Parts: sequence; structure tokens; C-alpha cells
Amino acid sequence: MTAALALGDDALVLSHRLGEWAGHAPVLEEEVALANIALDLLGQARVLLSLAGDEDELAFLREERAFRNVQLVEQSNGDFAHTIARQLYFSVYQRGLYEQLAAGEGEFAGLAAKAVKEVAYHQDHTEHWTLRLGDGTAESHQRMQRGVDTLWRFTGELFQPVEGVDIDWQSLQNSWLATVTGVLEQATLTVPAGPQSGAWTAGAGRQGIHTEPFGRMLAEMQHLHRSHPGASW
Amino acid sequence: MAAVTADQTTQAKAQGTVQATAGGPDGADGAQLAAFDAAVAAEERIEPRDWMPDAYRASLVRQMAQHAHSEIIGMQPEANWISRAPSLRRKAILMAKVQDEAGHGLYLYSAAETLGTSREELLDKLHAGRQRYSSIFNYPTLTWADVGAIGWLVDGAAITNQVPLCRCSYGPYARAMVRICKEESFHQRQGYELLLTLGRGTPAQREMAQDAVNRWWWPSLMMFGPPDDASAHSAQSMTWKIKRHSNDELRQRFVDICVPQAEALGLTLPDPDLRWNEERGHHDFGSIDWTEFQEVLKGNGPCNEQRLTQRRRAHEEGAWVRDAAAAYAVKHHAEKHTTQTPTAEATA
Repeated sequence: MTAALALGDDALVLSHRLGEWAGHAPVLEEEVALANIALDLLGQARVLLSLAGDEDELAFLREERAFRNVQLVEQSNGDFAHTIARQLYFSVYQRGLYEQLAAGEGEFAGLAAKAVKEVAYHQDHTEHWTLRLGDGTAESHQRMQRGVDTLWRFTGELFQPVEGVDIDWQSLQNSWLATVTGVLEQATLTVPAGPQSGAWTAGAGRQGIHTEPFGRMLAEMQHLHRSHPGASW
Repeated sequence: MAAVTADQTTQAKAQGTVQATAGGPDGADGAQLAAFDAAVAAEERIEPRDWMPDAYRASLVRQMAQHAHSEIIGMQPEANWISRAPSLRRKAILMAKVQDEAGHGLYLYSAAETLGTSREELLDKLHAGRQRYSSIFNYPTLTWADVGAIGWLVDGAAITNQVPLCRCSYGPYARAMVRICKEESFHQRQGYELLLTLGRGTPAQREMAQDAVNRWWWPSLMMFGPPDDASAHSAQSMTWKIKRHSNDELRQRFVDICVPQAEALGLTLPDPDLRWNEERGHHDFGSIDWTEFQEVLKGNGPCNEQRLTQRRRAHEEGAWVRDAAAAYAVKHHAEKHTTQTPTAEATA
């Protein structure tokens, strides 16, 4: 079931990345917030992967080429601004996606109805940080702009239709662009000028073609589980 | 303590617990001290606006700061395994636990702030090595089973220590402990259940569990602090009803709780001298390596350097983020009050 894998892998991989912040966040409140978001995403991933098979087999025993997440979510954390930029792009996307799914009658409607509440919180959190960093100090402005620019080329992939996800992808992209543009402008940031899709942008995560940091992430994530075949935990 | 009555003050005077003259220690007049002593004796809660002896205030700040720091530093050994947790269920449990610890740190810093200090000041002292955190977090988490051993033994020891703090004489601390103890008990059960699963698992998993218990047992016993005859703060803390039981008393209680639990887990505790003493109605146990304890406290444990370095680095690398949040708040506070709108110059 490709659709459940695509949505589940997005949530699983981003959750893992956010989990890497534990013990490293800039303020204690962010230790709580980032872990909270990571937990919400992990919860979503578990439901979605369970629709597709055994959650642990899927998470721990698939190799890199079998993962269906978009490349955006596997990008390394970088600095806090880089993490917030990734989170802004993804949470606005995920909220739009889940709102449409929740409004429909497909197999993901129930899950989406619950998840959209969590994702609304994620989006609120990330929008506020985008404003604070963009419109904070000269340094934070520059870092936030760099994060937003660097990750821009990974955003086009978000709107490639996923088979089995029955939504209006064009309207998802339009509303995403309008929301992201609004937040960036309010944060005194510039909407990146480069292409969102086409040559040298991301577009193959859903086909199992990933970026270099991803293999290393999986090596760490899967190591223990793979070292004890058949064990239960 | 606002409810301290003249009656109690009179009683305290009658019992001779009042300083004879005004301007006793801490510049307090005798009536203030008497009222304080009476309130503590009557098991009333001392609240932030109440008068309290300077030494009581300082002792509480020291203990609460150390407690808060322990929650924050204590995130590290466990967070070390988040990225490698062997199942999604365990990963979720571990993430939630580390998140709870950050939350406990926040409660405790807030509670300490009611005594006139600030989180920033306390963190600066932690980073400068001028305030301590629990010695236990200077030990490394080397296998997945360590996550279970920390839950069972370290959280178990913490609960044994902290449940009596729910009745501590200082209100804000006592109330923070009520919330914290509920969550800690939950973590402790989860750690126990993790070890139980390993104990019933493959030979390699059982070996991993036993090895972890072997490494965490003695450091957990050290969490109760030095023996009673060498504990600098104990007597005063007990008089003030900050502490309710002595270090050795709590340590004994913990050992007695753990022995049957270890049996249920099918694991052994690494102490050849551990045995039931019918006469005392308690378990006798071997002597603790106090030299190791002192070395760890002095900063020479296996992970002291690493823990403090990571904490300092997170703080330093986060400085620009905190600066940004502060600058944004100032700008937008001004806006609200002067009807300015955001301008491009603001960030130029």
C-alpha cells in the first residue's frame, strides 16, 4: 500500500530528525515542543505503517531504496533556523493535505481528522518561530533566510500526486504557496526565487531515491533492531 | 503560613524556640522566627511571601536547583538512545519520557524562582560547575538495556527520595513534587517492563539486561547521598522538614523494595553480601564505594566532562535563538503600544 507508506514514512523520518534535538535545544521550552511534535508524528507514522503491514518490520527492516518519504523530511537538522524552515514547509503541507483527507471519505479520513489537530499546533509553533527568527536580530534573519533558501528545492516534491491519496493536489500547492508566502513576508523574509521542481530539485523520494544523509540516519535507527533478528522489545 | 496565629507564636515563645531579642540571625526579629518555627512544627506550608530564615531559603535554592539540573542533565543519557530505540513503541515511550524530564526541569526552576533567584542565574551556575546535579547522570548508557535499568533503578531511587518531598515544608516545592512523582512512577514502571521483556527474551537480551543492572545498581544506591554520619545538610534539612527521612533510611527502603523486584525480573543484584536479615526485618547489603562517589561528585566520573560540555554547547549555540526571540518581543511590544507597523528597517 504505497499511499500509507508515503505518508507514514514522511511522519516517521521527520519524527526521527526532531528526536535528534533532544538535549540540544536552545531553550527548555523547545525541548518540550520539539519532542512533542516528534511524538505526534511518530504516532501518525505508527497508525499509517500499521495500515501497510507490521510497523516495526517496515521501519527497521526496509532498506533505503524502499522508503517512500519525500526528501525534505530526511534533511539533516542543521541549525535551529534550518529545522524551523523544514518544519514550516512540512507542517503547512501536512495540514493542507490532512484537511483535504479529513473532508473526504477515503481510508485516511479518520486518521486525518485526528492528525489535523496536531498538525495545526505544529504549524502554529513553526510560524511563530519563523516570525521571531526572521524579524528578530540581523543574525537570526540571515540564518532563517538561509534555511528557507536551502530547503526550497525540496518543496516541489511535496505536490507530486501520491497514488491512492485522493485529493486536489493543485489546490494543495496553491494554498501552501499562499500560506508560506504570507508567513515569510510577515517575517520580513524573501520567498526564494529558485525553482520548486524540475532539474536539480528533489523529486524522487517517493520512488525510493534519497539523499546521502538518509542512509546514515537509517543505519543508526535500524542498527539495534537488525542486530537481534526476531527478538521482541 | 499566612495562617500562623498569635497562639502558635505564643506557644513557640513558651517553648523557648523564639530568639530572645529582635535582630537575631538573618536580621529577623524574634517574632518572625518564632512564627516560622511554629508553622514548620505545625506542618504548615511556607509560601513564597512568608518570612523565612536566610539559611532555609539558601538551602532550598541549593536543593531545588540541584534537582532541576538533574532533570535537565538526566535527559542526556536517555536521549542517547532515542535514535536507536529498537521498536516504534519503545521509541515513543522514550521520547515522551525525555520530554517529561524537560517539563520537570521547568517546574522545578519555576518553583526555585519563587525564592528570588532566576532560571538564567541557576543555569549559569550549572554551566560554571558551581551547582551540582545528581551523580548518577555521570554514568554512560552503553546498551539499550541501560534505558530500562535507568527507569527501574534510577527512577525508582528518585521516587523513594522524592515521595517524602511531597510533604516538604516549602509549598511550591512540595506541589511540584506531587506532579513530578506521578510521572516518575509511570516511567519507573515502563523501565521495569522494558527489563522484563528483555529478561523473557533471547539469551543475548537477558545478558544485556543483567549487564545493565550490574552497572547501574551501585550508582543508584549512591543517589541517596553520603551515609548519615557524613551528610552535611541532613540534620538541618530534617529540622526544617525539607527532608523527612535520613539518607541511610531511604537507601535501606529502596534496597528492600528492589530485591523482590529483581527476583521477579529473573535478574541478580551484583552484591555478594546482600541477604535478608530476619532480626532487623531488612536486607543487609555490602558497602558502597564512597571513594568512587566522591570522585564522581568532584567531576571525575566517566561522563562529567561530556555532560557539562553538551549542556554548555546547547546553551551557547542557542544564544542567537534566545536573542532573536527577545528582540522580536521588544519590537512587537513597542508596536502594540505605538501603533507602528513592521518595517523593512527593523531587520536592515
